[in-house]
Amino acid sequence: MTGPRTAIKPEGVGARLPRREDDRYMRGRGQYVGDVKMAGMRDVAFVRSPLAHARIRGIEIPDDIRSQVFIAADLDGVKPIRAVSGLPGFKVSEQQPLATEKVRQVGELVAMCVAPTRAEAEDVAARVVLDLEELPALHDMRQAREPGAALVHEHWGDNVFLETFVDIDIASAFDAPIKVSRTISTSRQCMSPLEGRGVVAHLDRRLDQLNLITACQMPHIVRSGLSECLGIEEGRIRIVSPDVGGGFGYKGILLAEEVCLGWLALSCGHPVRWIEDRREQLVANANCREHHYEITVYAERDGTIRGVDCEATVDSGAYSAYPFSACLEAAQVASILPGPYDFPGYRCRTWSVATNKAPILPYRGVARTGVCFALELALDAVAAEAGLPPETVRLKNLVRPEQMPFDNITKKHFDSGDYPEALTRALAAIDVEAVRARQKRGEPDGRRIGFGLSIYCEQAAHGTSVYSGWGIPMVPGHEQAGARLTPDGGLELRIGAHSHGQSLETTLAQVAHEILGVSVERVRLVHGDTAMTPYSTGAWGSRMMVMAGGAVATACKELGERVRLIGAHLLQAAPDDVRLEAGRVVGPAGDLSVAEVARVWYRRPQDLPPDVDPHGLEVTAGYKPVRDSGTFSYAAHAVVVAVDPEIGSVEILDYVIVEDGGVLVNPMVVDGQILGGLAQGIGTALYEEMPFDVAGQPLASTLADYLLPGAAEVPAPRIDHMETPSPYTQFGVKGIGEGGAIAPPAAVANAVNDALRPLGAELLVSPISPRRVVEAVLAARRGSKPNADDLQGRRDAA
Amino acid sequence: MKASRFALERPRDLEEAGALLAGAGGLAKVLAGGQSLGPMLNLRLVEPALVVDVSGVAELRRFDHEGGTLVIGACCTHADIEDGRVPDVGADMLARVASGIAYRAVRNRGTIGGSLSHADPAADWLSALSALGATVEIASRSGRHRLAIGDFVTGALETSLQADEVLAAVRIPMVPETARFGFVKHARKVGEFAHAIGAALIDPERGTGRCVIGAIDAPPLVFPDASVLFGGSIRPGFASEFDRSVADRALIDAGVTDPVARHVHIEILRRAVIQAEGEPLVETRAAA
Repeated sequence: MTGPRTAIKPEGVGARLPRREDDRYMRGRGQYVGDVKMAGMRDVAFVRSPLAHARIRGIEIPDDIRSQVFIAADLDGVKPIRAVSGLPGFKVSEQQPLATEKVRQVGELVAMCVAPTRAEAEDVAARVVLDLEELPALHDMRQAREPGAALVHEHWGDNVFLETFVDIDIASAFDAPIKVSRTISTSRQCMSPLEGRGVVAHLDRRLDQLNLITACQMPHIVRSGLSECLGIEEGRIRIVSPDVGGGFGYKGILLAEEVCLGWLALSCGHPVRWIEDRREQLVANANCREHHYEITVYAERDGTIRGVDCEATVDSGAYSAYPFSACLEAAQVASILPGPYDFPGYRCRTWSVATNKAPILPYRGVARTGVCFALELALDAVAAEAGLPPETVRLKNLVRPEQMPFDNITKKHFDSGDYPEALTRALAAIDVEAVRARQKRGEPDGRRIGFGLSIYCEQAAHGTSVYSGWGIPMVPGHEQAGARLTPDGGLELRIGAHSHGQSLETTLAQVAHEILGVSVERVRLVHGDTAMTPYSTGAWGSRMMVMAGGAVATACKELGERVRLIGAHLLQAAPDDVRLEAGRVVGPAGDLSVAEVARVWYRRPQDLPPDVDPHGLEVTAGYKPVRDSGTFSYAAHAVVVAVDPEIGSVEILDYVIVEDGGVLVNPMVVDGQILGGLAQGIGTALYEEMPFDVAGQPLASTLADYLLPGAAEVPAPRIDHMETPSPYTQFGVKGIGEGGAIAPPAAVANAVNDALRPLGAELLVSPISPRRVVEAVLAARRGSKPNADDLQGRRDAA
Repeated sequence: MKASRFALERPRDLEEAGALLAGAGGLAKVLAGGQSLGPMLNLRLVEPALVVDVSGVAELRRFDHEGGTLVIGACCTHADIEDGRVPDVGADMLARVASGIAYRAVRNRGTIGGSLSHADPAADWLSALSALGATVEIASRSGRHRLAIGDFVTGALETSLQADEVLAAVRIPMVPETARFGFVKHARKVGEFAHAIGAALIDPERGTGRCVIGAIDAPPLVFPDASVLFGGSIRPGFASEFDRSVADRALIDAGVTDPVARHVHIEILRRAVIQAEGEPLVETRAAA
């Protein structure tokens, strides 16, 4: 089934309900870690390494501040963060919460300074003197792979966390008439949620419990990690995550800062706080996305792909981040590079390389953004080589609807969808013929029009069967949710994952409404607190609606059945003759509301049937999709740009997204997810880049240097939804949280290359900065035209 | 990061400000709108013992005409100029420059005098006012004196201001009706500091002009007699005479070694020149 569903309940699955969270968010009344106030709380500032790679010879702390400064030697019994992958050959890094013998990245924590205010803590930190012996720094992942390179972790013998290799009959493609090779890369980026990280830690002496209030996506995972590092049982730790101002993966890890503050709160007896500032975020913490590809595509002259051969390197940084590990990206590259295409030959070798940079973290889209960039740019190169329109090459190779469910060359199991239809709709919406006509006419201002496409699939909510193979510290199993009717007929939902902006307070209430009929206004979501919620691996991998939504639905169904049975008794009807409908138990001769049943259970138990289910009106239920290999949502992005070849600016003139996220619980929320993802994708495409110098110094230390797209830079896309249900999930929903950020870099790059192709220029590195464009244009002019043309700025005929 | 400890004083007049600065032995910073100094304090790029907030000095908020010169008090904000509360020197000249500075929130607080005193080469006023031939008026307890912008700004983020001096006002000659002003800024996104600035004040009837290339990591590159850029004379239709090689040589002499950067700087100046010629950019480029 495609197209919008019919018969949508006004507050149920499919309703475009305004977000319940917005009232507090839009009025500035959200409650974040930085808003937490506690008597006697002191602030922490860290002394961070100023060098990328150095041996610590000594740390000088003046006597008068010695009691306010803590170094590794002070942290009794604290263990390093170890995020080990079970994949064969994985080398383990140990990240000490405070550095011991060596520092391996700029910004690595060396000492923790405590004072009544952050400013005073920084005063203290400024007086701590590090005696460092600088070592050669690895700032380039390819250089780090070379023999004789300096070693980030000496005992490894090289700098490779993990190497993987897969060859599925690539040799069969070697005789293809078209062979196109490209070197393609995505620059290192920094995830930039509005709210940085933040931690408040204090000891609850009554419960003998460490309370950690932290901006995080996965409270239960942080508790497990903290328990391992601090050496205290999980029951002695409570993680609370209040409103989180954006996560995107940045808050889906265990922080060294959390370990430090946890230890400090246990040791010092007063609450302590660390609020990350923007410089710490940019320089020390938020790195992501840096991929390098040597990719070759073999194809027939009609565009049919015969094989894809790739060597992919990912700069994993100095340490393996907990829980996803240092190999999540590169190892995933090998399995997801084929994207939504069906072809017979494939070979891929990947390296996860250690360098003297911040650990690479899984940013919205994770490896998919990089592989989409590599493959989609390579496919445009194939189209150019074959003399075919780019859409022809895609349509020739996309998985077809009649193949569903489909196992692709790397055994990814596509659950459902019509990929060619999405692309066809996108081409119609952007009116590709009109774009080509305009391109042919030329622009009066000398800019060049370009048209670009990209299409991807997003495996989401992948569960046990996928993650058990990675062998990382976290494997998702059944997701649980609690549902409890209150005596006055309200409904409380409890989930162990945490919203960092996904609108779960709205959408999970819609799911509950769909099942129980309780009005959304009466539903409250309890989340972000390990003491009050069932265990969950958290919010990552676009899994919340599939997993938490499925769990809430399951719990509500069970709760509904109990309500129905009590209701039947109260209606003096046979259970088989009553049904739950629109929040009421309806019998042959009368009906009563869910609230009335709740009142009887809690307040008038004497009226209950003698054989009533003693578990009452509170349910914790577990859920897994029928198959947990993941849902496959997808989208086709089509974009028109105007490129100014003289100054390199790129303006997005039109942007169309045709996406299929299965059944949408709240299409308005999905639109919001796509818009936010698109903004981040535009950042990857055109703006965001964290450059390093040869000494490993990150060069963009403020938002004046690290450019994020703003309101003026993000286009208003036209979004078209297809809704092909997943056959495996509750309601047929699919995960869609990351997709918006996956396709834009490739689509925009392809559009820029389409514009510049007649000039002989091709851009294969993100972001496509004005400088890169001008450089490519000038180089092409030098190569193909007289030198004088560089300065004359003449344009080639289109 | 948070600023290190400093004392804050808010003088009511320039005399008091001068006394405070003189008494601080070079360890003071003047605060006007705080849009650059604020972040610099928080990043601890500067750690002054004393911050002298001059935003309450009434004289610095005044503006007036003195003959053919517009005098703008140093603490007039970019928004004051953008919105026309402060008069312009020609049709939509200062207002246009002001409206392109950073974001409105910055323009509401940031001041013209603060911007010049900070002397960031990528700042809009530095290039625009260099093209408009402005001078600054500097006050200290020992008196007042005036300097051309080119003499005031001595380097990237460096000025000739002494420890006890305050930039009091900017003096900009009114632009004759026959003159045209072009100002083009190249930034990657709205609100960003410029990567290239071209400014051109050209009077084709009198055959005179000043051109400026800004945002070159050094004080703006000024062509006080712009005719060199147009084959030796400025006549109607001058834009088509624009000689890239002259600008290129000047950039090389100014130490801009990167050919890609030079290409962009020259192109941006060329566009400012086209703008100054007054013909719509579209038609000119179509003919080029």
